[in-house]
Amino acid sequence: MQLVLFLIFAVLCVAGALNLLFQRHPINSALSLVVVMMSLAVIYWTLGAEFLAAAQVIVYAGAVMVLFVFVVMLLNAGEEERTTGSRAAYIAGIPGVAAILALLTYMFMHERAALGYATLGGSLNHTTSNITEISRVLFTELLLPFEVTSILILVAILGAVVLARKEQ
Amino acid sequence: MVPIAYYLILAAVLFCIGIGSFLIKRNIITIFMSIELMLNAVNLTFVAFAHQWKLVHGQIFVFFVMVVAAAEAAVGLAIIIAIFRARQTLNVDQINLMKN
Repeated sequence: MQLVLFLIFAVLCVAGALNLLFQRHPINSALSLVVVMMSLAVIYWTLGAEFLAAAQVIVYAGAVMVLFVFVVMLLNAGEEERTTGSRAAYIAGIPGVAAILALLTYMFMHERAALGYATLGGSLNHTTSNITEISRVLFTELLLPFEVTSILILVAILGAVVLARKEQ
Repeated sequence: MVPIAYYLILAAVLFCIGIGSFLIKRNIITIFMSIELMLNAVNLTFVAFAHQWKLVHGQIFVFFVMVVAAAEAAVGLAIIIAIFRARQTLNVDQINLMKN
């Protein structure tokens, strides 16, 4: 049952990623990336990360991808020109990627028993929820990094405003 | 009951598609999108291992990655807009001022 759910959304995910690769128009790539992110949210949910599933939909599929689509429309980006590209990328890059993928797949399949199995709904018992556990750790042990990220966001906002401003 | 290895293999496949499109794509916005795809693949690995170890720290790391990725997207897209204003193109082959 869980395997079927996983397989459906894994196939959807990989199909969306491949569509991103093969589409020539940036807006089609952006929309297929939304498909990838939505299916990843379901996969997070099957792993018991309900908070992250919601955050994935809201932050990535909602905010970040809207920003991408907005920029694509703002810059009126047309179809990508077909160029030869960099030769080093084709000679070293693509075989390297294939080698990494083969190595990782072999290793994970070899260590499959040691890695264990995922059970639907996660590992927590029914007295605490995923969000309770996350917020307990986030606001006690990891409070300083959490506050530092707010400064990072502030700097990013200022940087975006300064960079995108018209030259006077 | 799905082996954790399947989730990790899915993450590896997504990451490799991300690298591939990073190398092949010529449009700077699409290249940026493939970076987001790679970040998502790494996030999936974190969540899978968090599930395996029965700890939420991996999920919190993913939360931080999301925050940093959102900040990165805002700044990166602002840089893309600035590049487009200056050079009138989004093709990375034509943005070679610092090459040679």
